[in-house]
Amino acid sequence: MQATALIAEDEPLLATALQAELARAWPQLQVVATVGHGAAAVQQALALRPQVLFLDIRMPGQSGLEAAAELADEWPVGGPADAPFPAIVFVTAYDQYALQAFDAQAVDYLLKPVLPDRLARTVQRVQGLLAQRGHAAAGATPEATLTHTLDQLRALLAPAAPVPDAVPLRVIQASVGSQMRLIPVQEVVVFEAADKYVRVLTRDAELLIRTPLKDLLPQLDTSVFWQVHRGTVVRADAIHSVHRDEAGKLSLEVRGLQERVPVSRLYAGRFKAM
Amino acid sequence: MTLSPGPWWLRWLPADSRAGVQRRALIVWAVAAVIALLQSFFNPEQHPLTASLVYSYGISTCIWFLCDPLRIVLRRWLRAEGPHYWAFNLRSVLHLLLAIGLGYAAGTALGDAYTGRSTWQLLLLSPQRFWGFLLGSVGISAGFLFFFYHREKAHALERLATDTRLKLLESQLEPHMLFNTLANLRVLIGTDPARATAMLDQLGDYLRATLAASRSTGSHPLALEFQRLRDYLGLMSVRMGERLRCTLDLPDELATHPVPPLLLQPLVENAIRHGLEPSVEGGEIVVSARADGDTLRITVRDSGVGCGGTPQAGFGLTQVRERLATAFGAQGRLDWSSTPGQGTLITLSLPLHAD
Repeated sequence: MQATALIAEDEPLLATALQAELARAWPQLQVVATVGHGAAAVQQALALRPQVLFLDIRMPGQSGLEAAAELADEWPVGGPADAPFPAIVFVTAYDQYALQAFDAQAVDYLLKPVLPDRLARTVQRVQGLLAQRGHAAAGATPEATLTHTLDQLRALLAPAAPVPDAVPLRVIQASVGSQMRLIPVQEVVVFEAADKYVRVLTRDAELLIRTPLKDLLPQLDTSVFWQVHRGTVVRADAIHSVHRDEAGKLSLEVRGLQERVPVSRLYAGRFKAM
Repeated sequence: MTLSPGPWWLRWLPADSRAGVQRRALIVWAVAAVIALLQSFFNPEQHPLTASLVYSYGISTCIWFLCDPLRIVLRRWLRAEGPHYWAFNLRSVLHLLLAIGLGYAAGTALGDAYTGRSTWQLLLLSPQRFWGFLLGSVGISAGFLFFFYHREKAHALERLATDTRLKLLESQLEPHMLFNTLANLRVLIGTDPARATAMLDQLGDYLRATLAASRSTGSHPLALEFQRLRDYLGLMSVRMGERLRCTLDLPDELATHPVPPLLLQPLVENAIRHGLEPSVEGGEIVVSARADGDTLRITVRDSGVGCGGTPQAGFGLTQVRERLATAFGAQGRLDWSSTPGQGTLITLSLPLHAD
């Protein structure tokens, strides 16, 4: 079966070896690119639209899981010419938590060192999936193939367990020029990751803090603050309404905020009518 | 691991304290029997055996109860934490003094009720015997408390040492590192057997050094410590390729200087794991040692992603600080500084030529 693939692996020897093993296990598979970090994987996958992705989980910059989530968000669906979302195979040396979350249907995983027998099974599974898609192509929209992947990514990206001794955050401390501003956390409307900072938006102020969003998240009450995007957390009772554009993407209108807040596909499931 | 529920008559105490409380009760009662027997053996006229037993068991049980189970009940107020529930502070001392005094009074009252005598009248008749009796009881109680306190502290220290050893092993034999190394090795065996052999040797030395360091508390020459770093960095540079550059700088005159084994290893591992691995471009690690007056300064510098604010409370830094404190007291210190986007610098200072 003819197919295209992309390999994302930060260790050069292992990337070469996986390509060589694949050449034996699946000679017709054409590896269109090999990249060394998550951001490059997203960029190359969007540009080259491969059918299969081999993603190492632990990579510099962006992990394989984060790359997959971003790709799921950016992948164009809806148009008749759009390619279906790639079949993802995660590759990992050891990641107990991730392995537990897989039910190995649409996505598979490979343990390093990659053994030929195991790789052959993965190849079979991926080929089966691609063939199934080929038959169903007339009826199914690419969006349908995304749903299962999104469900799995949600499970994989959820924090493993709430940190037991995390004290709930009450006050945001942000330095503004030479002074320090203190803002009660219940006044915050939106937290938004921006490069090396996090933008903290209230009804009448915008501040920058240096604590990364992933460190803030465990300290926030998840029933009050909802994550709606990789880099955005919104206070639920500040949300006025949810809008859907022609391409099916959701965005939020937030009270006291001019700009719309985009909702990623990963978190769109939150916004269903009661 | 699950705790056994412990004896039924102590179910009202926290589960992790029951076995200890029961053990101490049995010891106290055994000694109480011995005291009563000795008393009536040497002075059967004044101390008939049954009366002695009642006094001895009454006093020891009352004091035990107020000092031991009650101490655990009052653990919050005493600021005593598990697993041993001992604290050394004003409240604890006050509680123990009161407990001994009250326990003695209550136990004596029990004995008096049985014999129909009044110990308190002894105070008028023969103050010497009264005080002898009282001080004897207080002395024995204090001895017990001292003994139990030290035993529990020793147990706690032993547990801490075991914990530390286990954590050191866990952090050195981190599965991600190990399996990635094996994966690389598997590739090299087919493509470059000579390099595979070299890598396998390095892995062997690394594992041997890790196991040895988790067992011993001695010291080894700085040159050997640097050799271990070279093994580890060798393994990592096979994995990371051009993303890892490293320089190890050890002046000859410091080569034989003794240091605790694998003192630097966690610092270099941190530099890789938190500094260079998350960086797309990778970077450089420089480890160097310098004599500065009567101080030996060892620096570990990386040009990785750095870290704003204070480092996360990981195992590496805490463990190195603890080992420095154990080996050199106030003369050993670790300084940490980091700039986001530029890297991290760690400086160890320890006394020059001290074992």
